[in-house]
Amino acid sequence: MTFARSFRLTLGAAALLAALPLTVSAQIKVGVTVSATGPAASLGIPERDTVALLPTEIGGQKVQYIVLDDATDTTQAVKNIRKFTADDHVDVVLGTSVTPASLAMSDVAAETKTPMISVAANAKLVEPVDGPRKWVFKTPQNDALMASALADAMVKQKVKTLGFIGFSDAYGDGWLQEMKAAAEAKGIKVVAAERFARPDTSVTGQVLKLLAARPDGILIAASGTPVALPQRELVERGYKGKIYQTHGAANSDVLRVCGKACNGMILPAGPLLVAEQLPDSNPAKKSALAYVHAYEAKYGPGTTNTFGGHMWDAGQLINDAIPRALKTGAKPGTPEFRAALRDALEQVHELPASQGIFNMSPTDHAGLDKRGRVMVQVVNGKWTYQPDL
Amino acid sequence: MDLTIALILLQDGILNGAIYALLGLALVLVFLVTRVIFIPQGEFVTFGALSLAFLANGRVPGTAYLLLLLGVLTCLVEAVSAWRTHQWRGYGRTLAWALILPLALLALAPMAAAPGVPLALRVLFALALVIPLGPMIYRLVYQPVEQASVLVLLIISVAVHFALTGLGLLFFGAEGWRTPALVEGTVQIGPVAWTAQTFAVLGTCVVLIAALWLFFGRTLYGRALRATAVNRRGARLVGISTRVAGGLTFTLAAAIGALSGMLIAAITTIYYDTGFLIGLKGFVAAIFGGLISYPAAAAGALFVGVLEAFSSFWASPFKEAIVFTLIIPVLLWRSLGSVQLDEED
Repeated sequence: MTFARSFRLTLGAAALLAALPLTVSAQIKVGVTVSATGPAASLGIPERDTVALLPTEIGGQKVQYIVLDDATDTTQAVKNIRKFTADDHVDVVLGTSVTPASLAMSDVAAETKTPMISVAANAKLVEPVDGPRKWVFKTPQNDALMASALADAMVKQKVKTLGFIGFSDAYGDGWLQEMKAAAEAKGIKVVAAERFARPDTSVTGQVLKLLAARPDGILIAASGTPVALPQRELVERGYKGKIYQTHGAANSDVLRVCGKACNGMILPAGPLLVAEQLPDSNPAKKSALAYVHAYEAKYGPGTTNTFGGHMWDAGQLINDAIPRALKTGAKPGTPEFRAALRDALEQVHELPASQGIFNMSPTDHAGLDKRGRVMVQVVNGKWTYQPDL
Repeated sequence: MDLTIALILLQDGILNGAIYALLGLALVLVFLVTRVIFIPQGEFVTFGALSLAFLANGRVPGTAYLLLLLGVLTCLVEAVSAWRTHQWRGYGRTLAWALILPLALLALAPMAAAPGVPLALRVLFALALVIPLGPMIYRLVYQPVEQASVLVLLIISVAVHFALTGLGLLFFGAEGWRTPALVEGTVQIGPVAWTAQTFAVLGTCVVLIAALWLFFGRTLYGRALRATAVNRRGARLVGISTRVAGGLTFTLAAAIGALSGMLIAAITTIYYDTGFLIGLKGFVAAIFGGLISYPAAAAGALFVGVLEAFSSFWASPFKEAIVFTLIIPVLLWRSLGSVQLDEED
């Protein structure tokens, strides 16, 4: 592990050096830590790339972003936030990509009284808002929000029994819990729950067990291209029921790896995924397209990724809150400003962002409601908006 | 569980086991000849699979540049050692395989990635890209420390593993890739459908094991490698170069790894970091053979594969735990049964 650490430190130092020229006249400092390497790299890379699109001037003040990689490693994420707060005296921290590392970071955020906006999904990060969570906000939709959307769709598609196959980690655990609650509230029974790991090369055993339980529908709770493995196996073994995915599958690489096997799968996603197809009446359409246009102007057509959208939304939150915090008269770089910024984040009201409309409050640090989700089905290898589900 | 399910699981287990067997054999081979516990073996699997996937998707894989970079470094290192010993004889050969070959491959890469190239040609091209990485890594990393202890060599292997994984992320990105099937079609045997690709994997596995057996039993180079494995100093005394043996071993290891990768990339998604876990299971298999026995390693690999398939059916959340816990009783049994030897000779 020593080799990995020192390699990462070097990377971190290199990232820091790259950011140095910005320091000259910058006033507001934003520390960003993402998982640009390691198991969650597929989330961290678009998030990191999005930082380059965030506003460099807010409320008349220059904004400096300091980006570090935590390699999907909890210890490294904590080291990064320690560095941000102790050496760089940042005003706000954005990140990191995954829940366990974000949870560990929230203690440091509270201890140093620095507001932090996580781009990890789990509701545990901000619920309930007390103790260290007073300083933590997050931009991705809660799993419960997505699970209830799935349960509604299942009712409409007359699914009575549900099979589950998910990651054998916090993501799968969280989803199993939320989906069970949401499904049982609608009278749907979860009849089998299987697990697999991200690097697995075969899920034959799990899929056979699921097929033996004969569920009407199966939910695959995984993220990124690994979702294709159970999907393909289910199709190849002749499963005829409905196959559902979580918003973790909302990634164009999934369609590339999955090919024809992914046709017909149904998932809840942020409005960003199908922004162009949304009716103009959708409140999130304009703000979602703003991100798509900004990202594709820099990285090429078709490159937008919903994970990057979470970082963009974190940028929109500080863009909205910083002018309010500056009005209190506190100077950036001081504890007073950080406290003012935290209070200002709680006052975010009806802010349109790429994944929905944010309404923060002293009791809600996630802020998204039903406008932060749409149902999507893959039709002929394309994400297709399903207004009727 | 009925018979059909058991048969399907058995099929799945044998398929995975065949790949573990190949990697286990490569690990045993490398350890015997060079005493290196070669953790990056799995990286050859991913590099092979992903290079082929990139070619199939019309892109030049980053391995082409890595090959050139390592080739240039190899030439420089060889030049320094030749200059020191005033032995320039044989330097032409180094230039040929470490500089001209990578340059030629890099120049040809866009053609291999062009649409319409048959898959078989792409497989050969991807093999040509990955296999020379083996001897280059040996020359650059392991040869300078060939007298070091097993522990130092192991630590170096960990470093090489992390370096290669990082490069893999750089070259291929974080998301996975698949390749088209090498052979199409399915065959129905009893209640279970077997895809032709499965037979390709098993067939290649059997052919490779047979080829290795012939190579070690019948050829001069093979016998020289065996001699090095039995007694390094003795082999050197009778004029076998342990360096040549080392280079040859790493070439074989890279070839086996890259080929295994291409075989399974049509069956499952391969990520830049998949290789580690596959390699680790190959390692568990190699431990069965105490890192010295090829047949025991192959049998161990099949056992690991089948155990994995059945535990994924019965207790999927604990699958990895079950497979890796297996190493403890095996180590206990081996440590009770074996006689302690000194490390060298």
